Amino acid sequence: MRKTISVVLSIVLFICLLGCKNNKNVSTDGSTSMELIIGALGEAYEMKTGITVTYNPTGSSAGIKAVSEGRCDIGLASRKLKKEEIENGLKETVLALDGIVIIVNHKNPVGNLKMSQISAIFKGEIRNWEQLGGDKGEIILIGREAGSGTRDGFETATDTLHKAKYRQELTSSGDVITTVSKNAFAIGYTSLSSVKNNVKTLRIDNVIPSEETIKNGNYKVQRPFIAVTNENKPLLENSRNFFEFITSEEAEDIIRFAGVFPAG
Amino acid sequence: MKNKLFENIMQAIFLILGLIAVGFVLLISFYLIISGIPAILEIGVFKFLFSKSWAPTSPQENFGILPFILTSIYGTSGAVLIGLPIGFFSAVYLSKFAPKKIKLIAESAINLLAGIPSVVYGLVGMLVLVPLIKIIFSLPDGASLLAAILVLSLMILPSIIKVSINALEAVPKEYEYASLALGATETETVFKVSVKAAKSGIATAVVLGVCRVVGEAVAVIMVSGNVANMPSLFQSVRFLTSAVASEMAYSSGLHRNALFSIALVLFLFIMIINITLNFFIKRDRKG
Repeated sequence: MRKTISVVLSIVLFICLLGCKNNKNVSTDGSTSMELIIGALGEAYEMKTGITVTYNPTGSSAGIKAVSEGRCDIGLASRKLKKEEIENGLKETVLALDGIVIIVNHKNPVGNLKMSQISAIFKGEIRNWEQLGGDKGEIILIGREAGSGTRDGFETATDTLHKAKYRQELTSSGDVITTVSKNAFAIGYTSLSSVKNNVKTLRIDNVIPSEETIKNGNYKVQRPFIAVTNENKPLLENSRNFFEFITSEEAEDIIRFAGVFPAG
Repeated sequence: MKNKLFENIMQAIFLILGLIAVGFVLLISFYLIISGIPAILEIGVFKFLFSKSWAPTSPQENFGILPFILTSIYGTSGAVLIGLPIGFFSAVYLSKFAPKKIKLIAESAINLLAGIPSVVYGLVGMLVLVPLIKIIFSLPDGASLLAAILVLSLMILPSIIKVSINALEAVPKEYEYASLALGATETETVFKVSVKAAKSGIATAVVLGVCRVVGEAVAVIMVSGNVANMPSLFQSVRFLTSAVASEMAYSSGLHRNALFSIALVLFLFIMIINITLNFFIKRDRKG
């Protein structure tokens, strides 16, 4: 008898939880690179309103698919929407911009590279620093592991997607920076927010990476962090409030805190 | 009567504690098998194990782990090849020849070596060993299979030395006295009598060393360069362990399942090594 009661009670509780989830939570799904920014925004929103924001890190394309199929409220992507995705009734709202900087050792005399040169370097077409006006020495490409958002962003922006031939694939920005700082012929990339003084940041087409040059688009190695919504299916009240929150001025400081530049 | 009850209760408690360990092993095994099998079936067993190309995120995705398997085999063999002689002879020296003072200092140093976390080995390897290899062999970059082998052989020294010393010291003194009385020199006695008698203990030391090397991930990630190349001494390589650890954070879908499959392969690897070596040890004990 006691057992039956407890079983019934737990089922009731479970249904209650399910019910609560359906009309209270805001679900987001998508880009793994946006973990930090959506985590910070979600936490701030929960503190403010008590509404939980869930995040499912599946990747940009999977997130876009999820929102178009109605499996989540807001999709997250670290790339612009494709034409056919917009035609399917999806709408993008740029939340933030992330700059990726190209770093070399301080001993390296090269200070500026053209976009086409960067592309050729990472594809393995240019192999020696001599060809770029530096000292004679084989170029050592330091990159990130497959699946890393920084790697995807860098390769997409420099047109080297899945073509880059790395000498080392490291698993964190810190490791990339340390390795580049220890090897005079190394070149690597990292997010602008994590770069340190022990490596040299390169200009690209003579543009210095900064908040200003990233926002006005002159610095090309960058990517947008966007929120994707479905035009055909209006947001429920909670999701709409959350969407308004993350695009508001109030969210800008939180976005900056997450290491990227608010789009506003 | 009261005593008997107490005994029974204690016995039950110990039984449960013992079963916890067994339970966890079973749990992990089941979990690995259940989460590792689907991707292997989807990719195809043969293609998964013997294809040379690992490109999990490219449009023409390919999940071949042969480079990881070979790297793990080469890396482990290399580390044991370097670590075992050094460890074995240190153990012989420390247990049979060394003066008490030297032994005391050396043993506490070895204990300290055993206590250093692997990330520290990796960090020192990354900052000292990798640049050193680059200079010595005039390579463009020092992160390589060689760097990983050197770090790993250092890491297995403590377990090999400590277990070997215990085994050598467990040999009854009478054996050695008898050998010496028969006119054998001290060196002959040590290598022909003591080491022979301690054979299975030393073999245990090797098993422990091999298992530590096969399972090590953190230090290896930091010095091996971590690119899915076919193994070569001065090339950047990726081990089975580092393949799982390095890409787990951002993987999804089939990619993530394939990483579980790699973990399953690694698990089977360690099981096979354990069973084979145990088989030899047991056979020797009987013989």
